[in-house]
Amino acid sequence: MNGDILLNVPAERLVPRKKKKKITFRRVLFLFFALLVLVTFAALFLFPTVFTLTNSFMSTTEITANYGKVFSGLGAAGNGGRVFIGEKVNLQLIPSKVSFSQYSTVLLRSPEYLLKFWNSVIYVLPIVIFQVVTAAGAAYAIARVNTKFRAIVFFVYIILMLMPYQVTLVPNYLVIDAMNLLNTRWAIILPGVFSPFSVFILAKFMKRIPTSIVEAAKLDGAGEWQIFTRIFMPLCRSTLYSVAILVFLDYWNMVEQPLILLNSDELYPLSVFLSKINQGDTGIALAIAVIYMVPPVLLFLYSEDYLIDGISYSASVKG
Amino acid sequence: MKDKLKSPAAEDEFELLPLASAPAPDGSGGAEPKTKKKRRGLSKRERRERFSTSFFMLPSLIGVLLFFILPFLVVVYYAFIDSNASANFVGLDNFVSLFRNTAFKMAMRNTGIFSLTAVPLVVSLSLALAVLLDAKVPLKSTFRTIFLSPMIVPAASVILIWQMMFDYNGVVNEMLASFGVAPVEWLKSGSGYLVVVLLFLWKNIGYNMIMFMSALSNIPRDIIEVAMLDGCGPVRRFFTIKMRYLSSTISFVTIMSLINSFKVFREVYLLTGDYPFESMYTLQHFMNNTFSSFDYQKLSSAAIVLALIMIVIIGILLWIDNRAGRGLDE
Repeated sequence: MNGDILLNVPAERLVPRKKKKKITFRRVLFLFFALLVLVTFAALFLFPTVFTLTNSFMSTTEITANYGKVFSGLGAAGNGGRVFIGEKVNLQLIPSKVSFSQYSTVLLRSPEYLLKFWNSVIYVLPIVIFQVVTAAGAAYAIARVNTKFRAIVFFVYIILMLMPYQVTLVPNYLVIDAMNLLNTRWAIILPGVFSPFSVFILAKFMKRIPTSIVEAAKLDGAGEWQIFTRIFMPLCRSTLYSVAILVFLDYWNMVEQPLILLNSDELYPLSVFLSKINQGDTGIALAIAVIYMVPPVLLFLYSEDYLIDGISYSASVKG
Repeated sequence: MKDKLKSPAAEDEFELLPLASAPAPDGSGGAEPKTKKKRRGLSKRERRERFSTSFFMLPSLIGVLLFFILPFLVVVYYAFIDSNASANFVGLDNFVSLFRNTAFKMAMRNTGIFSLTAVPLVVSLSLALAVLLDAKVPLKSTFRTIFLSPMIVPAASVILIWQMMFDYNGVVNEMLASFGVAPVEWLKSGSGYLVVVLLFLWKNIGYNMIMFMSALSNIPRDIIEVAMLDGCGPVRRFFTIKMRYLSSTISFVTIMSLINSFKVFREVYLLTGDYPFESMYTLQHFMNNTFSSFDYQKLSSAAIVLALIMIVIIGILLWIDNRAGRGLDE
């Protein structure tokens, strides 16, 4: 770079010329292949979601004609003789006639699906709110004062965070059982609230808040509560938000916990219940699948940047 | 971990110095508190700080103790007794019978094989995509959004599409048939394993890719520029410079993918229910079925074995990471 400037060429002319020189044949070739790979992957990644979305607007007849051959074997054989089932499975992107009949069935005529949706909401919202609140406190204590005990606590949290469900569900189950809370909503909510994941990300973030800010606040007479609410929380706002999104996604998707801690259909969240409808009416299952993905997708579209920050932030144990 | 713990401690020492020396110029009065401080090692202000901040962690700490740590001690206890009713100490008997259990062995083998193939695949594919997106490709953020989308969409929502694809009468077999290939029982044979790997890749690549992209963008530009001036090509730049900066991210992504590979039960369960074909029987299936038979001894010993395996694997990865990342001052 320095060499170019010494050549006495005006800067405005130098830059475009350099750029033109950079677009070589190799660069074009690279871009072509890179885009080819990326577009292929993008198509594969989008395809299941897009198909679920578009096919949910098919009428029942169209769905049976297209996919009857797959799902008749799974238990929807009740109407086998009377309806037209295509000879071949026909994966069709755009419905030949857009119909909202599946949605009207789900939303207006079968309250049990909406009830399951409501179950999911009732589990996830308290978990997200209370996990973030308790985690913010713990992260504050860990980040604000450095003692051996707190370092050990943080380490234990990290180990816990890295344990798979197969390990953590056993102790969870024992406690819930001892508390006589099995097969109640609390069985899902309580362990969820204390899941250590948010503590990890929040503490990592708070450790970067310079102590000088805290010292200044103390000189102005701020107590710990004020430092926490007036300084740490506002500084962490975007991290809190991204942690909340990650927790929401995790619990909106949960399957393992309800299967073990609950055993009645009424309490199951939609995630578990969907696998049971799938085997019945395909059209309705598609519609409810779309309704189920609406909250996370909306959340994602509104706050993609926060989510990406959250993921990037969790990206290293060392911090 | 270590570096992080060291730096605040060092700061504290610095803070202590002026505090400790402050009373000294006052003369004899300062001498007494000074010795007191030495004994306790803390100033009054620091002790008050510790005390008042400790309340902030109480709710979380109590919850974690109650729901994770204390019951885990019970789990350890259960693993070493013969049954909850008689409670005789039996040493390692439960572990021995666990390792003789065919279902457990099958689940361990399946999960092990799955993790060993799917984790390297997902790490390398997501790193490759991250590098591609990092190379100033048009529509970068659109691609990023698309690759992240499977993480957002609930597994249960798209499971129907997977069933349409991989059923015996499904789309994949029809496509194969048009090439003259015989149909495959994707979900009811050994090839079910391939389907599970595909689902896992689909779900996890985006998340890992984001972590790699942020690590790539954190590599100091000047080092890359110096290397470019020295005539270091893009491939060599990647392997000699970028890989060194990526090493800690790679080990973290590997750990997270490993944990997520244990979660693949979710997709398998949604696809095939409680009792899938042998090749898709995962550890979580084993745990679920053991839960329903209330065999606490088997459950507890299995949980402990798994916890130990995870700790060993994570320890090894962090150790490798520590060695590989040496010499970088981040």
